Amino acid sequence: MNKITRFLFLALAFIFQHSLQADAKTLRWAAATDSNAPYAFYGPGNKLSGFEYEVIQAVAREMGCEPVFVPNDWDGLIPGLGRGLYDCVICGIEITPDKAQEVLFTNPYYVTYEQLVVKKGTPPVTSLEQLRGKQIGTLSQTASFNMLGKTPGVVVKIYDEEVNAYADVANGRLFGVLLDYPIAKYYAFANANLKFTGPPFGQISYGIAISKGNPALAAEMNAALARVIASGEMRDILSRWGLWTAMVADTFGQPEDPSLPDTEYRAFVAATAEQPTVLHRIIGYARFWPLLLEASLLTIEVSLLGMAGAVLLGFALAIMRVYGPFPARWVATLYIELIRGTPLLIQLLILFYGLPNIGIKLEPFVAGVLGLALNYAAYEAENYRAGLLAIPKGQMEAARALGMTQSQGLFHVVIPQSFRLVLPPVTNDFISLLKDSSLVSMVTLVDLTGAYKQIATQTFDYFGAGLLVAAFYLLIGLPFVRLARYTEQRLNPGAHSSGTKAQRFQFHFGKS
Amino acid sequence: MDSFTSLVSIQDLHKSFDQTSILKGVSFSIEEGDLVSVIGPSGCGKSTMLRCINGLETLDSGVISAAGARISRAPGSKLNADFEKNAHILRQRVGMVFQQFNLFPHRTLLQNTMMAPVIVRGIPREDAEKTGFALLEKVGLGAYADRYPANLSGGQQQRAAIARALAMQPKVMLYDEPTSALDPELVDEVLHVMKALDAEGMTQIVVTHEMRFARDASDYIIYMEGGHIVEISDEDEIFENPKDERTRRFLRRFI
Repeated sequence: MNKITRFLFLALAFIFQHSLQADAKTLRWAAATDSNAPYAFYGPGNKLSGFEYEVIQAVAREMGCEPVFVPNDWDGLIPGLGRGLYDCVICGIEITPDKAQEVLFTNPYYVTYEQLVVKKGTPPVTSLEQLRGKQIGTLSQTASFNMLGKTPGVVVKIYDEEVNAYADVANGRLFGVLLDYPIAKYYAFANANLKFTGPPFGQISYGIAISKGNPALAAEMNAALARVIASGEMRDILSRWGLWTAMVADTFGQPEDPSLPDTEYRAFVAATAEQPTVLHRIIGYARFWPLLLEASLLTIEVSLLGMAGAVLLGFALAIMRVYGPFPARWVATLYIELIRGTPLLIQLLILFYGLPNIGIKLEPFVAGVLGLALNYAAYEAENYRAGLLAIPKGQMEAARALGMTQSQGLFHVVIPQSFRLVLPPVTNDFISLLKDSSLVSMVTLVDLTGAYKQIATQTFDYFGAGLLVAAFYLLIGLPFVRLARYTEQRLNPGAHSSGTKAQRFQFHFGKS
Repeated sequence: MDSFTSLVSIQDLHKSFDQTSILKGVSFSIEEGDLVSVIGPSGCGKSTMLRCINGLETLDSGVISAAGARISRAPGSKLNADFEKNAHILRQRVGMVFQQFNLFPHRTLLQNTMMAPVIVRGIPREDAEKTGFALLEKVGLGAYADRYPANLSGGQQQRAAIARALAMQPKVMLYDEPTSALDPELVDEVLHVMKALDAEGMTQIVVTHEMRFARDASDYIIYMEGGHIVEISDEDEIFENPKDERTRRFLRRFI
């Protein structure tokens, strides 16, 4: 056995052993990055917190595993499970027959109900039927959403953030909000403009979701969960978070009174109740600098790599379309029309969540870059095509008359001239790609837009966080605009000698 | 076949665009060192004929040979793969100057002259630079070598285009109405360069509307009309005593 094969063998053995160890010792769990208190959320100091966070820590400990958090988007949580991005999801997911078709659920770790919240001074609501003709807010993919859907005449409004829904009740845009009790407790109970009304609606159970193909893990987690409940640790956790209700106590067969004071709930209410001064806010944002810088870097990386890919592929497509033989021309045209005719978001989702169905699993970063590159290549191709066609025929003729082949003429005469013509539109495209790169936050990447979601859900300052992140996009884009303007001037012949403006203008339109 | 001394020979050249017949059987030959002007009314096919000689257009049928390179096509036959290969060889031996100059605007005059020798011939840059500069000197543009075409007059651009073509050391130079796009006062500087080349023994074919030049500088004149060669005559004879009635009618407008 020579040195190289031995080295390869050792390397493989190392990787294999390493991955085995990883499987044996870690529990990769996912929750939505923008999910809120009291579930699993970023608390003070940008540290993960929440009752679900504590539950999964306890369960992992009982299983003898190291818990590893994998952030994802709310809508991508279940698909990500199918892709094997993580082992389980704990994110206030209700156990329903529909969802049980797609994933395995553990036994419930929490049971609760839907709480209706209305504006202070509204007459009591005792049944959902009373909501006929009223606008009611909720979140997507929730028990409340299904419940409202089955109640005739209710006008359902879907929100991304519960804070916004409750704010709309307070300012009169909505009649009420129907959401899980923990959400109502944390976001509406302390608000003097809002009140709880009506009986508990329905009963819902939260379960930890696990991939269908992993019943062994489900059994192991159920055993661990049972120990956490039986030991009273679950009661302690839920008590501290102010979530130990009669319904939970009944379900677990334990006493109704909380075992500990609701310190976590009080801390949360105290933190959100104080009205921060402008100075406070600015200081408050200082803790997000590391996150913002990291996210900016990711946005820049994704955009630059995406653009590089788009430029190369777009260039090949343009050459195929203008100078290629019939089949190449046809393929390029088809590609361009197909890509330009479909939304980038859908293309990204297909790349990331669709391709695994045919066995191609892309890393989030790769999927993001590839999605942007494949999409923008279509637009770049059209830019280059216009640039190539704008060069007068006489240029290629002169090149051929001098004995150059068509490809020599292309590369030495036509393309260098069209390069200058397409520089302004390509710069514009880069600026819009930079902004479109915000869509990669949909494939679990924490870019600037991902960071925005995190900051906004922690500070509830959608306005400030929005301005801050927008400013970052603007700052990143500016140097590229300046750079392009500079190159354009440098490449313009005559600009640095004695040519008149009129001559340069004439040149730009291809007449010499 | 080619006569022993002809440098350029065209036999029964036919060419049409979209069923419109432009050249209807053109034959002639030119000997080394000749300067021949081709005149005739617009649309007579003289420019198309010139472009065929440089292989820029395909042929419907006929044989073109120039400086040892040869392209041909039998009537009704398909264009074979050899055609473009032979046309490529032909273009390297035959220089062409266009009405609109067609200099490369993104390169200086010197770079314009160096490009083809370096790319096509693989000549070292220093050598190409020396040759290019000498050629620019020769056409009176040595001081402009580092200028871009957009900053030059039409006459200067056309002289640079001639230098660029000469850099490939062609055996024959073709000119497609080289002075038609020029202001009248700039015409002579271009014609002067062509006369100087004639004095050095360069073989040149000039499609032109410049009757004074045709008469002064040509060894003989080809008169074309309607896709045919009507008359090939001595330069003085054709102006003073045209053999054909059609030639007489055409030239009457210029005298």
